[in-house]
Amino acid sequence: MNRTPIHEATEDWPNDGLTRVPYALYDSPEIYARERRRLFMGPIWNVLGFDCEVPNPGDYKTTNIGDVPVVLLRGKDGSLKGFENRCSHRGALLCLEKFGNAKAFTCVYHAWSYDEDGDLVGVAFQNGVGGEGGMPDDFRREEHGLRRLKIASLSGLVFGSFDPDVPDLEDYLGPDIVSRIRRVLPRPVRILGYYTQTLRNNWKLYAENVKDPYHASILHSFFTTFRVNRLSQQGGIIIDGDGAHHVSYSKLDRRDGDQEYEAEKLRADKDDFGLKDPAILGGRDEFDDGITLQILTVFPGLVLQQVRNNLVMRQIVPRGVDRTDLVWTNYGFADDDAELADLRLLQANFIGPAGYISMEDGAVGAFVQRALPGTGGETSVVMMGGDEVASSASRVTEASIRGFWKAYRRVMDI
Amino acid sequence: MAKLDTHGVVSNLLAEYAACIDADELERWPGFFTEQAHYRITTKFNHARELPVGIIDARNRNMLEDRVASLRKANIYEPQRYRHIISAVRLTGEDGDTVRAEASFMVVRTMIDGSQDLFLSGRYLDKIDLSDTRPLFLDKLVILDSDKIDTLLAIPL
Repeated sequence: MNRTPIHEATEDWPNDGLTRVPYALYDSPEIYARERRRLFMGPIWNVLGFDCEVPNPGDYKTTNIGDVPVVLLRGKDGSLKGFENRCSHRGALLCLEKFGNAKAFTCVYHAWSYDEDGDLVGVAFQNGVGGEGGMPDDFRREEHGLRRLKIASLSGLVFGSFDPDVPDLEDYLGPDIVSRIRRVLPRPVRILGYYTQTLRNNWKLYAENVKDPYHASILHSFFTTFRVNRLSQQGGIIIDGDGAHHVSYSKLDRRDGDQEYEAEKLRADKDDFGLKDPAILGGRDEFDDGITLQILTVFPGLVLQQVRNNLVMRQIVPRGVDRTDLVWTNYGFADDDAELADLRLLQANFIGPAGYISMEDGAVGAFVQRALPGTGGETSVVMMGGDEVASSASRVTEASIRGFWKAYRRVMDI
Repeated sequence: MAKLDTHGVVSNLLAEYAACIDADELERWPGFFTEQAHYRITTKFNHARELPVGIIDARNRNMLEDRVASLRKANIYEPQRYRHIISAVRLTGEDGDTVRAEASFMVVRTMIDGSQDLFLSGRYLDKIDLSDTRPLFLDKLVILDSDKIDTLLAIPL
């Protein structure tokens, strides 16, 4: 294949090479611009939120596709719509609030106004004042609408794409990923709260981190330190056909959460290394399959996470070559009983910027980013588990990271 | 004068509390709370919408001790220190030996390489037990002004 090198450091990247990743990809402005154009604004699905976040006609939510600001809204007919959050006149943001309700979207700068489909419906002083000024006669409002998004949703999780020719969402995800998304979204969602973690690293370092089960028990030593009943080797990694998306999951060995909790309570009384209050280790097998941990990624920027009964949608938002916002949306279900609702909140201590088993991920990407200056044309090594991009019963593998790069190289044409 | 005394007691408690954290004497931190105290960090956005998730959500003193133990033994983060600047302490309610108080805080974070940032600002909503010789937090709600947290939040606020 003829390729025009877009960065000197990727010139020598072998076409089939997934076990080596050029460090230049993490700090190149050219790569970042290409990612925005080809990847985020290309034929992919980006998560926008949950449909319950915009329940009523006119409700909107501002969010991002890559670093491009967009609006998700509920139309008068109840359907979900979306457009780029940028006035077509002089380019100002249209919506500034995180959430709101609007009948029309009017730019504060010159009061150009758009309807829910993003069509331009009003131009202030279009015909001038007193016969003077105004837009020329050949100005056509219909040529100046907002850039629309194609919208699709699955189990209440809403995705958007700038590319009208993007494949159907379920085809994009593949059946394994679809069923694993449905698994953690079986009923109407209730939002439990938001926070954002600012990562001082390129977005791809986080995307790789969540696809990396190799680091989990090494960097995050909470469970081993407190000698909590170890997760068994029951579990594995599912990688979809293309490599883009993945699921890593594990089950507790034999004893269920309650038994583990009881055992932990007994041990804590006589062991300095135990937790003084092991209530966080309780849990309910709410999906009836014994799986206590499921990390699911949808290429490129969605993470759906189940840590016991804590459920989170994480959105990876690039903010420049060396800055990323990780937007955490904790959720439960509208029909959660009080005990389960509380358990989700208690187990939220595991995750987020202060999470017992996740805080390190906020820093480790920055450790890579800060060490980039000396890398030149060098590459990182992604050989754990071989060179395949395939599902496996072992979690001591970097196969899902290789899957990310397989999809990345295809979409980026790099 | 009694009002002034209570204000003084609360102000002093907050000063001692901040000094404990800023001096990295976290082992003493749970001792500022009653056994059944609730300590939660949330954001102004979530608080205003009654969204219940916490960034830290500890329901008793044992959980605070577990938090410290995890920071000391399990969690990995770059050496860093806080400097709490607490001001605008005001009493918002009194009921017998229990007083409610509110205060503003800013935390400057200093990393091991010397770089400093205004890490977080917000307010404390406290319920304090004055019945014993030493005042203790019955409930401490930390409401962050922003919902963005830079890198990670290891040390408590």
